[in-house]
Amino acid sequence: MSAQVFDVVQQQLAPVTGECSLSHGTLVIAFPPPALLDIVRRLKNEFKFDLLLDVTAVDWPEQAPRFEVVYHFYSTTHRVRVRLKTRVLATDPTVDSLVPLFGSANFMERECHDMYGIDFRGNPDLRPILLYEGFVGHPLRKDYPKQQEQPLVPFRT
Amino acid sequence: MTMAATTIPIHAAKQRSPSFEYLSTKKDELVGWARKFSLFPYPFVTACCAMEFMSVSSSPYDTDRFGAALPRFSPRQSDLLMVVGTLTHKQAPILLKVYEQMCEPKWVMAFGACATSGGFYQNYAAVAGIDKIIPVDIYVPGCPPRPETVIDAIMMLQDRIARSSHLIVNDKF
Repeated sequence: MSAQVFDVVQQQLAPVTGECSLSHGTLVIAFPPPALLDIVRRLKNEFKFDLLLDVTAVDWPEQAPRFEVVYHFYSTTHRVRVRLKTRVLATDPTVDSLVPLFGSANFMERECHDMYGIDFRGNPDLRPILLYEGFVGHPLRKDYPKQQEQPLVPFRT
Repeated sequence: MTMAATTIPIHAAKQRSPSFEYLSTKKDELVGWARKFSLFPYPFVTACCAMEFMSVSSSPYDTDRFGAALPRFSPRQSDLLMVVGTLTHKQAPILLKVYEQMCEPKWVMAFGACATSGGFYQNYAAVAGIDKIIPVDIYVPGCPPRPETVIDAIMMLQDRIARSSHLIVNDKF
């Protein structure tokens, strides 16, 4: 069942995506950032991947496009998952926002922006959600000092 | 049943038995005795230690026995601030505000490893011990603490309250 769905998705998306692979029973699709909105729109409308599970990122400090933005989708029709990966540069970590397609992307993109500093172009509200106003840096980046605190209340001496 | 039969006589009922005629104590001890059995805790509960707090305050362990039973959900009515769980930097201003709203006399208990020292959270998010924000009277170690540890801490705190001198005792009292 899932293999058939994956075959169709791979064949249909082949012109826009790079390589596809299977990882632990999940289809993994990697592609350059400009193709994101198109792929997600087709996944949603043509292949019934109607649930956005997660938006997160991976920091690879030694690799050339440093950040990998990762999306997970689930299809309640086919009951399979698909993972999308796209690489963005450290100098311009920008991808398109998925808010026009999935409203639930809003909070997850805000969290990803907090933790990794990925800019989601088109997100209406990129204020901190887990961090607070005034927090400098992005704590889940590998170059953030592990124990650096930014207190809101001055410590007692 | 008449009222006289149940009331403790302030003056001796008979000439020959002078019981309850007067009580000799120090004012500090009197106030301390009253205060140590009327601790109203305010549970500032942030994390998983809450489960242990529920256990210790409900019937199997029953902190009611020590007069430290009734959680008040307004800091203005409580004397004992129990910080139960991890304190994050984002929450630190709230804890400070709650502490400042409490009326004197007030005591603070750091409940569990995270409130005591930050526990295993040594990162950007967690405060390494609430004593960086507010003064703490008693620390309860453990992740989470055993109910016996909490009860021991309450009793130690009560001892300390009973032995300390109280600001209310002055030349007018």
